[in-house]
Amino acid sequence: MALELVGRATAPDTDSPLSIRGLTVSYGEKPAVFSVDVSFRPGQMTAIVGPNGAGKSTLLKAALGIIRPLSGQITSYGRPLHEGRARIAYVPQRASVDWDFPARVLDVVMMGLTRELGLLGRVRASHRARATACLDRVGMAGFAHRQIGQLSGGQQQRVFLARALAQEADLYLLDEPFAGVDAATEKAIIAVLHGLRAEGKTVIAVHHDLATVAEYFDRVFLINTTAIVEGPVAEVFTPEQLQIAYGGRLALAQMGGAAAG
Amino acid sequence: MLWDALTLQLGYNATLVTLGATMLGVGAGATGTYLYLGKRALVSDAISHATLPGVVLGFMVMVALGGEGRFLPGLMLGAALSAGLGLLAVTGLTTRTRLHEDAAIGAVLSVFFGFGVVLLTVVQVMDAGRQAGLETFLLGATAGMLRDEALTIAAGGAVVLALVRLLHRPMILVAFDPEYAVGQGMRLARVDLAMMGLALAITVTGLKVVGLVLIVALLIIPPVAARFWSERAGHVVMIAGAIGGVAGYLGAAVSATAPDLPTGPLIVLAAFALFVLSLLMAPGRGVLAAALRHLRFQRRVHLRQGLLALAAGQPVYEPLTLRLMRRAGLARADGVATETGRAMAARARLDERRWQILRSDPAFEAAAARYDGLTPLDEVLTGDQIAALDRGLGPEGAV
Amino acid sequence: MGQDFVMLSLTPLLIGIAAAVACALPGNFLLLRRQALIGDAISHVVLPGIVAGFLVTGMVATGPMMLGAAAAALVAVILIEVIRRLGRIEPGAAMGVVFTAMFAAGVLLLEQSAASGVHLDVQHALYGNLESLIWLDGYGWGALTDPKALAGLPPELGRMVAVLLCTVLFIAVLWRPLVIATFDEGFARAMGIPTAILGLALVAVAALAAVAAFDAVGSIIVIAMFICPPASARLMTDRLGRQVAWSVVFATLSAVLGYVLAGYGPLWLGYDNAVSAAGMIATVSGVILGGAALFGPRRQSVSRADATSLASTLAE
Repeated sequence: MALELVGRATAPDTDSPLSIRGLTVSYGEKPAVFSVDVSFRPGQMTAIVGPNGAGKSTLLKAALGIIRPLSGQITSYGRPLHEGRARIAYVPQRASVDWDFPARVLDVVMMGLTRELGLLGRVRASHRARATACLDRVGMAGFAHRQIGQLSGGQQQRVFLARALAQEADLYLLDEPFAGVDAATEKAIIAVLHGLRAEGKTVIAVHHDLATVAEYFDRVFLINTTAIVEGPVAEVFTPEQLQIAYGGRLALAQMGGAAAG
Repeated sequence: MLWDALTLQLGYNATLVTLGATMLGVGAGATGTYLYLGKRALVSDAISHATLPGVVLGFMVMVALGGEGRFLPGLMLGAALSAGLGLLAVTGLTTRTRLHEDAAIGAVLSVFFGFGVVLLTVVQVMDAGRQAGLETFLLGATAGMLRDEALTIAAGGAVVLALVRLLHRPMILVAFDPEYAVGQGMRLARVDLAMMGLALAITVTGLKVVGLVLIVALLIIPPVAARFWSERAGHVVMIAGAIGGVAGYLGAAVSATAPDLPTGPLIVLAAFALFVLSLLMAPGRGVLAAALRHLRFQRRVHLRQGLLALAAGQPVYEPLTLRLMRRAGLARADGVATETGRAMAARARLDERRWQILRSDPAFEAAAARYDGLTPLDEVLTGDQIAALDRGLGPEGAV
Repeated sequence: MGQDFVMLSLTPLLIGIAAAVACALPGNFLLLRRQALIGDAISHVVLPGIVAGFLVTGMVATGPMMLGAAAAALVAVILIEVIRRLGRIEPGAAMGVVFTAMFAAGVLLLEQSAASGVHLDVQHALYGNLESLIWLDGYGWGALTDPKALAGLPPELGRMVAVLLCTVLFIAVLWRPLVIATFDEGFARAMGIPTAILGLALVAVAALAAVAAFDAVGSIIVIAMFICPPASARLMTDRLGRQVAWSVVFATLSAVLGYVLAGYGPLWLGYDNAVSAAGMIATVSGVILGGAALFGPRRQSVSRADATSLASTLAE
């Protein structure tokens, strides 16, 4: 068994839409993410995969600066991340939001246009049209004036995705986009994401379902507190790597179905 | 003078007040713990402010019935009734509307208090001079406290304590995990009622000593302070009671030494002083202890990361890591490893590789769960087990 | 009405309305962020701030007192945050510890300073004295166009209107980032919105309104103004813009009805004196909230997603 520590680049990778070096995040005294190095490839769909509590969401949030890491450097297209926010769209977990908030579906999608509208910019018909087009793309065209609390889980997820689409970013970061959604929504979302890839955009998603990794994604990043491996699904999504990531707890049957080989 | 006060030699009245305040403090500290642990500390603020209309109405009723109007148990009854109504309003707003608990508390607190203020001025209008003395319930006034009043207060505190002892288990369970408690067959509404009822009793009892604006302090500060000293709920309750009692004692005693030292505020400030002490000094959760632990932890993380980088042949680039490694004699100023550094780096790399093997082997599942990037393997496995692991490592094997 | 009204009631009414609206506006966001009780904290620490201001400068003048109040609010917010983080204490308890201790310190200082001869009325601090903010130079409706009479307007009016304008400006200009940060903090931060500073600014604006309103309605009733009109508005509509509008309507209504009932109510019932205007304003705002809770069209929670259990299963 040949094991490699994930290598470190010494110069910032200008091609990579998201490059993480030496990231460590801890809650109290327990590291949730330890010394992670990974450079995601552009124009591809990468899944971030690992057992529960492996630090997947934490990784995303720390990369975006939502939580403070203990150490680490994050770059996007060779520049520090905070300089490149205009090209990055984030779709958080649904649970982070109070769905009782007084907002309609269209209002939420329009939040994606904030960067353009600024503080006092007037909302024109063209902005509304763009937001509606994004709703259309996720299959929620008729819901523009619905109060968000009245939506189902899958519908809420699609609204979040529409909001991200409105940002017209180059890199899309999603945290468990398929958790708790119905089959139709899952199909709709994956269609949108593949569409983004066809346009040359980069998609990185924390993904919880091993069975669909090979079908949905091009590359996979395995993590369990530390980085295990990153690469094309065919190469690295193997029983051996999964053993390491999941600590031998994975049933052989699961792996047989999961590893594309 | 201060010494006399602390040893209860300042006279009958002062001693009464001090003992009453102590009893009150113990009861308040203990009761408040359940609210605090259940994350509902500020409900006591709503309860206390909602007593005002009841106190004034009680006064008005007693005057109308021909009495003096300032009969303490009567006023306490009025206080309890209107505070009870306030509690119902908070629950009603939280459960039947989309408003959250903090909004309900704030609304009830201010509206009931505002209405109480209106009633106060009504009393003023109806009979100038009679309301003097009712305002003392806002901030407390222990000067000239009657023996019976002090005894009532001490008795109130004692009764609450007895009930706390009785109802401790259900209240703790509900404070920690209400859904589980319901699953265990407990009647949530009843336990809630008990908790709130006790808080109400303390509030009403403490009106004369510390006043309604400050009684909330005695229900919140001692439990918060006590939390620093123990991880066991039962102990927190007891420590909170002790802190409350000490605060009551100190505050009342000191206030007896001079006429312009009001009792209520002094008790609260004594409690706050004990809180600051706990916050800083407590060995487990205290700030100083935590800061030391964090610094140590940060150092371990950075050294480990740095060593692993060195082992992979990369220079260290993060400034803090570099500094720590230089200080530990593991690297030179330019980021290149020293002899010791190289040795330790090799050891770290070996440790890391052993961990990777362990994590992929189902036989070591329990040990694998302890992996966190920092713990060295020899803390988890015996020498023999590590040797067995090495045999699977291949020729590069052990150092 | 006429003459008497202008001299005795016009300015208190205007000040009351301005105070109520200035508090209701930021109150909308505090409510949505579940920070309603920060109003509780701020209003309790205004007292020690005022006492400190007056002790430091030796005079019962508004300038130093208001500066003291503002400083106290700042100190309180910082202390609460420090205690919350250092001690890992939940926000409500942290607030309770800080504001009760500061209030106690304020009362202590007050009692001590009473010996020095200058008198600050604690009751006044608790529930204000709106009825006394009259316009002695307001001889009639004509006085509104008379510069000499206008010069004699109570200074509290100008202050309150200025603060009201500040809050309106703040909410209007920062509307978008406020809404986004309140709705979804993670997303807002990912977009680069400085949510921590924004939150602090919101609290600062609320504190400003509380300090200015202190004169009119005292410290504790300010809480009613922060919470009741926005809460009532929340139960009336699902749209934030309309909620804010409703809150302004309810705030104004509370102020006007409250003042009128307090001032004229006893007269109508045959008594001579007025009752506390501030108390009545709070009471009316509470009655309105009660009405909204019983009959408001959007009083029920409609959310289908059970946020809490979802959070525990998805969070890492």
